[in-house]
Amino acid sequence: MQMVTEFLAQIQASSGILMRWDVGLALIVGSVGGVLIGAIPGVGPAVAIAILLPATFSMDPIVGLTMLLGIYGSSMYGGSIPAILINTPGTAVNALTTYDGFPMTTRGEARRALSLAYSSSFFGGIFSVACLILLAPVLAKIAPMFGSREIFLAALLGIILVVTAHRRHTLIAAAMASFGIWLSTIGLHPATYSKRYTFDLSWLSSGVNLIVVVLGLFALSQAFLLLMGDDEKIRLTRLKGSFFQGFRELLRHPRVAGVAASFGVVMGMIPGVGEFTAQFMSYTYAQKSSKRPEDFGHGSSEGLIAAETANNAVPGAAMIPLLALGIPGEALTAMMLSVFYVHNVTPGPQLFQNDMDFVVALYLALLILNVLVVAFLLVATNQLIRVVKIPNRFLGVAILTLSFVGVYSLRNSFTDCILAAGFGVLGYILKRLHLPVVPIVLGMVLGNIMEVKLRSAMARVKTPLDFVDRPIAAILFALILLVLALHFRRVLLDRKERKAREWSTSHASTSFASALSHRRDFLLTERGKRLRAKRSRFSRPSTDER
Amino acid sequence: MSDDIGEGFRGPRRGQLPFAVGLLAASVLLAALLWDQTVWKDGKDWFSQARFWPAVGVFGMAGFSALHLWHLPRKRFARPDWIEGRNWLIVFEFVGWFLAYVWLVPLLGYLPVTLVFALLLTRRMGYRSPRMMGTALVFGLAVVLLFKAFLQVKIPGAALYEFLPGALRNFFILYL
Repeated sequence: MQMVTEFLAQIQASSGILMRWDVGLALIVGSVGGVLIGAIPGVGPAVAIAILLPATFSMDPIVGLTMLLGIYGSSMYGGSIPAILINTPGTAVNALTTYDGFPMTTRGEARRALSLAYSSSFFGGIFSVACLILLAPVLAKIAPMFGSREIFLAALLGIILVVTAHRRHTLIAAAMASFGIWLSTIGLHPATYSKRYTFDLSWLSSGVNLIVVVLGLFALSQAFLLLMGDDEKIRLTRLKGSFFQGFRELLRHPRVAGVAASFGVVMGMIPGVGEFTAQFMSYTYAQKSSKRPEDFGHGSSEGLIAAETANNAVPGAAMIPLLALGIPGEALTAMMLSVFYVHNVTPGPQLFQNDMDFVVALYLALLILNVLVVAFLLVATNQLIRVVKIPNRFLGVAILTLSFVGVYSLRNSFTDCILAAGFGVLGYILKRLHLPVVPIVLGMVLGNIMEVKLRSAMARVKTPLDFVDRPIAAILFALILLVLALHFRRVLLDRKERKAREWSTSHASTSFASALSHRRDFLLTERGKRLRAKRSRFSRPSTDER
Repeated sequence: MSDDIGEGFRGPRRGQLPFAVGLLAASVLLAALLWDQTVWKDGKDWFSQARFWPAVGVFGMAGFSALHLWHLPRKRFARPDWIEGRNWLIVFEFVGWFLAYVWLVPLLGYLPVTLVFALLLTRRMGYRSPRMMGTALVFGLAVVLLFKAFLQVKIPGAALYEFLPGALRNFFILYL
């Protein structure tokens, strides 16, 4: 009973923070802006957050974070619109929505599909925020148990998960994460005051700014990609009627929605895993447990519910490692971390102990955001779908123009802009080759955390075993070993499977008789070559004029 | 040539080899510079050394990029690689546009340069209709008003604004 009273008092105290007009405005701008950005294929929340990041530095931390959180939490709602209507996901995480959303559009059920996507996203969002608010007191108790060595191990686990999550790109993801770690070391070493990789250039002494890298890798690279590409002709379906029917239909699938939202929450909390794994697991579960699995991929309402519920349950959960440990799990939360740093607020156990009002206010903001977005979409979808028609190359012009504000307003430095352009070209090449970009950013952020925390953790460690003698450190170390073991097992199984497939599709016979036959053919060919060479040596060259 | 790189790798095949070779060369170069660009102080523990984490980064880069190169299904340069390389060079035109924009803003002012930049780049992208030109103009104006006038982001007043008369000069420096 006392816990409930404390909890209600906490919510009351936190809602006071949200009553401010600037926080309310940031919520509206963030949520509506996020939906718009999500609805435009080729922009995405990473580009928008990267561009807006420096503008939020002059705001209060809660105002800036609410706006960025608004974009993060609402972009997936918008991203489902082009995924369903034109088979092009608005944000990368809406890719699975196209599987069942677009077939529904082709059979004239676009409104039903959109309505289902909105209601599922709403359920996922609300479910994750409810879980987080209920989990907050537990987290507040666990977070102080994380000392330097636990945070080091959690960051190490995060970087390993990010790398291993890039299946079939693990090696290049590891190289990119190492590149990020190296980037984070450039500049003056805080412990010894010696320069590292500055090449005696004064502008490198203060290091490479994370925001410059983020703007280059996400915003400028996307602008270059769009400017180098072609415009697409888009035909939109006219939508008539209300969007409320999806809520009624969602109620008929409580099991799928509940399981998908739970997957989203659990996967969101684990650094580096995120929306894709949550969606994949939810979709697979929905298909396996469905009475009509053959409908999946051909316009199944359960498939759409699973995909959209899972991806919208992730943003709220992704804030847990960020707020409780100061460890971002993916690029968007890594960007948000810089807002904390600029305002000298250090996310981590202390934040949960000393500033619980702030944490709960962020969760409440996420809750209100979901309500605002659904209300906006129910009213404005017909007008909103026009943004899908903005030509790609004009979008490139727009992103390039906006990127200038992001980079230049940081320090008014031309050098920063050159550096951002360099990272833009790198990001452009990586995106063209379908290679991962995110490990660079996470390598930079987590590399810095690991360096600082290892130094302070090792001060009290006498033998290597001391490092893992505390329960949470031991659990994290065991998890690292488990993740690595599972990864290598998967690599070996993949290799075995590939070899087996190669053998089964090989046309060459492996019998002894055919090997002899091949050898004979080879020798005869070689003999023929020798004979022809010998004859040409003895034959007299022609003296005829050519 | 198939666009898929093979069973164990997702993505296009073109350009993978030059990128992997370039990354490995850069990594090896950075690793070779480790002793020159970082210091190792005697008497300090390994985890407090300035060289430790850069070494983790550069050796990780070199090792993993070497393994990545080794795992590529095709290890000989082919024509599509050069075509892809040309695409990487063409993008420098837009890098030039961006840097020219950055260079001109402190000289001529955020508003005029943004309007001209948006218009010219829209035209360069092949749009000629008055509707698109108008959209570019409105977009440029909206960006300046939102960021400089409303959000007050740090963009310095232009050198050209110094020639404006008193009150107008202050207004332009503060809001445009």
